[in-house]
Amino acid sequence: MSRYDSTAIRTRLDWRSRSWLDLALPALFLALLVFAAISSDTFLTQNNIVNLLRQTVINGLISLGMLVVILSGGIDLSVGAVVALSAVLVGVLAESMPIPMAVAVALAAAAGVGVINGFIVARFRIQPFIVTLGSLSAVRGMVFVISETPVVYSDPGFLGIGSAMLGPIPLITVLMLLAYLLMSFFLNRTTPGRAIIGIGGNEEAVRLAGINVRLNTTLAYTICAGLAGLAGVILASRVGIAQPSVGIGWELDAIAACVIGGAILGGGGGSVRGTFAGVLILALISNLLNMFNVQSYYQQVFKGVLIVLAVLARRKER
Amino acid sequence: MTDRVVMRGVSKRFGAALALRDVDFSARPGEIHGLMGENGAGKSTLMRVLAGAIDSDGGDMEIDGIPYRPRSPHDARSSGIRAVHQEFSLVPHLSVAENLLLGELPTHVRGVVDWPAAHREADSSLKALGFEGIDTHMRVDQLGVSQRQMVEITKAMRADPRVVILDEPSAVLSNAELERLFAVLRSFRDEGGVVVYVSHRLDEVLTICDRVTVLKDGELVGTVSAAEVDEPELIRMMVGRPLSEIYPRRARPVTEQLLLVEGLTGAGFQGVDLRLGTGEIVGIFGLVGAGRTELARAIFGATPSEGRMTIAGAPFKPRSPADALKAGVAMLSEERARDGLVLPAGILDNITLASLGRLSRLGILSRQGQVQAANEQVENLDIRPAQLRRPVRMLSGGNQQKVVFGKWLVHGARVQILDEPTRGVDVATKVQIYQIIAALADEGRAVLLISSDLPEIIGMSDRILVMRLGRIVGEVPASAATEERLLAIASGVEGLAA
Repeated sequence: MSRYDSTAIRTRLDWRSRSWLDLALPALFLALLVFAAISSDTFLTQNNIVNLLRQTVINGLISLGMLVVILSGGIDLSVGAVVALSAVLVGVLAESMPIPMAVAVALAAAAGVGVINGFIVARFRIQPFIVTLGSLSAVRGMVFVISETPVVYSDPGFLGIGSAMLGPIPLITVLMLLAYLLMSFFLNRTTPGRAIIGIGGNEEAVRLAGINVRLNTTLAYTICAGLAGLAGVILASRVGIAQPSVGIGWELDAIAACVIGGAILGGGGGSVRGTFAGVLILALISNLLNMFNVQSYYQQVFKGVLIVLAVLARRKER
Repeated sequence: MTDRVVMRGVSKRFGAALALRDVDFSARPGEIHGLMGENGAGKSTLMRVLAGAIDSDGGDMEIDGIPYRPRSPHDARSSGIRAVHQEFSLVPHLSVAENLLLGELPTHVRGVVDWPAAHREADSSLKALGFEGIDTHMRVDQLGVSQRQMVEITKAMRADPRVVILDEPSAVLSNAELERLFAVLRSFRDEGGVVVYVSHRLDEVLTICDRVTVLKDGELVGTVSAAEVDEPELIRMMVGRPLSEIYPRRARPVTEQLLLVEGLTGAGFQGVDLRLGTGEIVGIFGLVGAGRTELARAIFGATPSEGRMTIAGAPFKPRSPADALKAGVAMLSEERARDGLVLPAGILDNITLASLGRLSRLGILSRQGQVQAANEQVENLDIRPAQLRRPVRMLSGGNQQKVVFGKWLVHGARVQILDEPTRGVDVATKVQIYQIIAALADEGRAVLLISSDLPEIIGMSDRILVMRLGRIVGEVPASAATEERLLAIASGVEGLAA
């Protein structure tokens, strides 16, 4: 029986099922950039660019975590509440302990929410939507119990994280990029990363391949909540104040970024690269619309249309 | 007499791959026409073109002499062409009656559904075809696969079609159900209907079909009268060479005991004793519901069980598949799409899925190791197309099964359980799989082969255990095994102490 010769195997190794959107996303991004640069004198100012880079960080980190959970076949609605939890917790704890320790405890608390989410989803096989809807409410309530009023930060070292620059780039943007690189490595090159993606594709096949599904599912939710917690800490440091009501509805922005970037709810698709593009496009659009003084309500309309268009464009030809 | 269906010079390209090249096909009124070929030969593609599910890139079609170019399955239906596909097109959460009458539910005044009338009508449609025992109130997702298949066929027949396309209808049907289906098809034919019967089961096609068209690699090999052709000739047409030896010849192995099972009891089986030695292939035969799969899953730790097991003398009590794999026991599952494959993931990810630990250091995967392992299996098993990142969802059934084999070959367990390893694959792939199984045993591994395919289990096994109602009721050495004897033991006609 004739076989494919080995050169054919090698040249075809990088074959991927690309949809035209994989090219369309960067193209859309570039078009937006060019449009912004031409139509606005303020867009290309250093001030605005730095501002834009800062603005992507929060949603960037939340979306990155959301991607992991979506890849595992789940969803996490509690991330907005977790952002508020860590943002408020750092300030409250800082009254009784040094700031670094307060940050560590706040991050651990955030990750803890993820452990609980993941454990319940994996152990009791309850729909992730329901589980995290519950924890969304519970965590949000807890934030208000911890502090009913906004927490104000004054520690110059802590505030410094949010405003520090590495050359022309904000430190927190560098942190976010680092997180994206690490995540790309984690998902592509580590055993738990491959396991999480496999679980989203076919949980039973992964279990029968001898992989611990519960542990890896729990890990996915823990990573997600941990990154949301990190976003909360950075937010507090950048803004200098933490409202207990901060982050309401942010889970939807994160889901939007993932979906625009090609993630498939329920598992089976999604990439770090695509999510990054999704985050940038969302940030660029709100930045642009802000510059033209477009009401935020229209921004919501625009975002909604974009999400549906992105999914439409990825619809498989049958 | 004019042909009912004429397809001339039909071609279809998917990306770089030519799925059909210049294929001619025709069927006369009052004919059951078999369409055969290996997996990936283009049978399903050709029929999807006929049924309007995909558009061809070239060629033309006629129905009863009138040019026919469907833009959608809906167009095909308007022309009287109905397809019953492998993937079911029923709505799982609706009742049988509602599925059968979808879009034409009988109503009282003002659109209020007349349910009693709907159930009466659905019931009489099923009975008219002789499909008894299906409650029209049942939800479709509560039916077994074969019953769903019957509902699907009934739905197609209700539309009073001119051409019915059946794609591998027998895969899920028992023999009695198949006889029933054949009777339905024959009476449809005798009334002047056309049936296109897509299958790779030779005996079946020769039994039911009047003529057979064979495709290979997207091209027409030929159309022959079923009365003038035999199985070896059809195999030669499908594969392009005679299959002189299907089952590899092996010397009876000298074995050392590896797996010992004593008094194993779990859901679906009781008090099972079995031993399995190195280099040995032991078959387990039984009728549906005999407890074979349940037993295999318990040995693999996928379901709980009571009893004593040892591997090479060491106690073996797996509480999860992970435990079993650590002890060197692997299982290839019967349902590859449900249990064996991550369908959206690529060949590479699927083949390395059970060996991620071995292919990584400190949790970090060796990309080179992964690619190398996957490439070895792709070459070794002749997986096509050889594109490591192609989602396995897009592979043919036979190639999917090879990917599952590849996964366990990379893993390399001492005890390999194989549950229906050749289900739904074509003859040529079967032969390749038999060679792989023989090679596993020759390397000194122990193979537990579960199969409903009698020639296969007799041809491959060194000895055969027969299960009935959850117990092992007989053991037959391969030399003494005949299909009649195994069936007799499995159905309780012949008692035989182990």
